[in-house]
Amino acid sequence: MKNCLSQKRFLPLVEMTICLIVCFSIITNLNAQTNPKMVLIPSGYYEPLFKNDSSEKEKVEKFYLDVYPVTNGEFLEFVKANPKWRKSNVKKIFADGSYLRNWKSDLELGDEINPNSPVTNVSWFAAKAYAEWKGKRLPSVAEWEYVISSEKNIQKISDWYSKLSPDKIPPVGSTEKNTFGVYDMYSLIWEWTYDFNTSLVTGESRGDGDLERNLFCGNSSSNSKDVENYPAFMRYGYRSSLQANYTTHNLGFRCAKDYN
Amino acid sequence: MKPSIKLTIISSFVVLISALFIFLYPGCDKGYSSQVQGVERAKLTSAPYVPQPITRNHPTKVIVDLETKEVVKRLADGVEYVFWTFGGDVPGKFIRVKEGDEVEFNLHNHPTSKMPHNIDLHAVTGPGGGAVSSFTAPGHTSTFSFKTLNPGLYVYHCASAPVGLHIANGMYGLILVEPKEGLPPVDREFYVMQSEFYTEGTYGETGLQPFSQNNAVDENPSYVVFNGSVGAITGDKSLTAKTGEKIRLNLGNGGPNLISSFHIIGEVFDKVYGEGGTLVNQKNVQTTLIPAGGSAIVEFTVDVPGTFILVDHSIFRAFNKGALGMLKVSGKDDSVIYSGKQKDDIYFGSNEEPNQDLFAGPITVEQTPGSNQTAVNTEEKEMDLSAFGKSIYTTTCAACHQANGEGLPNVFPPLAKSDFLNKNKEAAINNVINGRQGEITVNGKKYNSIMPPSNLNDKQIAAVLTYVYNQWGNSGKKVTEEEVQKVRKKKNLGVK
Repeated sequence: MKNCLSQKRFLPLVEMTICLIVCFSIITNLNAQTNPKMVLIPSGYYEPLFKNDSSEKEKVEKFYLDVYPVTNGEFLEFVKANPKWRKSNVKKIFADGSYLRNWKSDLELGDEINPNSPVTNVSWFAAKAYAEWKGKRLPSVAEWEYVISSEKNIQKISDWYSKLSPDKIPPVGSTEKNTFGVYDMYSLIWEWTYDFNTSLVTGESRGDGDLERNLFCGNSSSNSKDVENYPAFMRYGYRSSLQANYTTHNLGFRCAKDYN
Repeated sequence: MKPSIKLTIISSFVVLISALFIFLYPGCDKGYSSQVQGVERAKLTSAPYVPQPITRNHPTKVIVDLETKEVVKRLADGVEYVFWTFGGDVPGKFIRVKEGDEVEFNLHNHPTSKMPHNIDLHAVTGPGGGAVSSFTAPGHTSTFSFKTLNPGLYVYHCASAPVGLHIANGMYGLILVEPKEGLPPVDREFYVMQSEFYTEGTYGETGLQPFSQNNAVDENPSYVVFNGSVGAITGDKSLTAKTGEKIRLNLGNGGPNLISSFHIIGEVFDKVYGEGGTLVNQKNVQTTLIPAGGSAIVEFTVDVPGTFILVDHSIFRAFNKGALGMLKVSGKDDSVIYSGKQKDDIYFGSNEEPNQDLFAGPITVEQTPGSNQTAVNTEEKEMDLSAFGKSIYTTTCAACHQANGEGLPNVFPPLAKSDFLNKNKEAAINNVINGRQGEITVNGKKYNSIMPPSNLNDKQIAAVLTYVYNQWGNSGKKVTEEEVQKVRKKKNLGVK
């Protein structure tokens, strides 16, 4: 467990360094404001769900976020341009056996798949590669949670979490728009975040309040900032069950971008 | 001398070796081997069924495959709920292994699951009872292994965050670790697990009901059920048995909050393995506690046919929230153990003088008291008679005809200014003696009720009727014992 965790922690650091270099060069040449599919999220504060040594509110700088999750159609363009991310070519360490499993073939969605529905069954590696190809990045947990925290009606979010996943995921934009102008933050799919594995809960969620486990922010409800926020617990729990090469029926992503 | 010493040494050596053998070879008297041999795949069952007893006399490697799946199912008639399950049903599949077995556990989380899941088996000795090692993302499988060190009946449940929600949505079941010597044979075994559901809507509110976090935190469920839904083991789905059979119930309580006071109406548990351990720690038990996240095993023989109701004897849960099941027993009656209804009599209350006659035997004409008494003539005695009549009226008649003689509209006819009463004294006497059934018109209104025959003697009837005739504007007639006796005789003759 510890081994795999440290691996998990290490990987993003390397990736982040590379990403920062790549992103910096691209970002300086692009103006996201001209892209109608992104909105500027103003800066603000995000309160982590779990207490730890630095449980101060975290400042989130202003950034751009995709209005919609990435669709099958958009992802198809990506795999066309990047053969190594096609179903038959992808390496197992970057995407597990169910990568794009609903697609008919490498470059065909098939009749069952709506090109306007969010792409799912994609790994963190694949999502990140897509974002870089677009000159973007994945949002951080803090950014993502900050954006969803604008929805004060917890029950509304809970309602989605307590419904079954439909066989066919509806198209993007078919659910609610939040106050930032972002669609589908809940009630469509789960979404990858850049540092999904930094706020880990262990499999033994009940022991995670133990302060000796500095590795984790802890999930014991006694240590939680907000014991009432079940959806947040579920998101943290969900993220913690993932590894970067996992792909799942209802897990997709959207991209973010630095302000400058 | 020397050979005898030799013999002694040899014989004591033999004794020592055999003693050692008996001590060091556990269970050798039953042919039990503690060596793990072979591999088998566990056959899992859905409630209320239990896998067959394990007959092998050695531990083995057992492979268990269990799938976590989120499904929409019926919680009550017209009510649906999104259940999170172990194996597609609530409660989860029943797992049966033996003490000393080495279990390889594969937890498969269905690809369509929204949530990661894991499993904490209370039978596991190790961190989280397996929860740490079995934390599984949707569309993945986790494998871990454990040895069954302790026999008993254990709860398993999901322990993913938020734990309460995963349990409240139905993620629990039972695993039975049979002791190495096995459990005593029985004719039938069942699997019954109690749990609660916390919905936004109140009990019976139709439609797909979302989970209510507030009600869960308040420990105020809208449903308390056996085997995952209201009526899961009633009617056609009742547990069944035949008279003379020995039954074992493997009982669990998934909670998440409530303790069960488990009771079967009309049965006594011959044996209880308290809290699902291996010791029969009580015999002849009426109601046994099943802790939340705990179990109990009860055994009993069904002696007589009929329907036996399983309840949580926190009784409003049974009759208002769904904690009710049925065991239907067929077979021959045994009227010594239970007679069924032998008699249905009218009962007027224990203060009633006439009831003593019930115990003395039926009133016959010959036995009728009062016949040897002279007619009441003096005013003083008439006063007494009136008071006597009033007391009879109050205790015997007023419940229906009311203290003021007005009766109850549409149900019990009035005696006050009653045309029926005042018109025909003989009919009135006859009704008091023999009762009356069927339609009757009193003061122009129809009534159709039953007046039971009375057990009043002649003197009492005379007194009460005289009282009634002299109240509430009635005709002021007087009824004598002789008149009552005459009517009684007539009836008697009529029957003959």
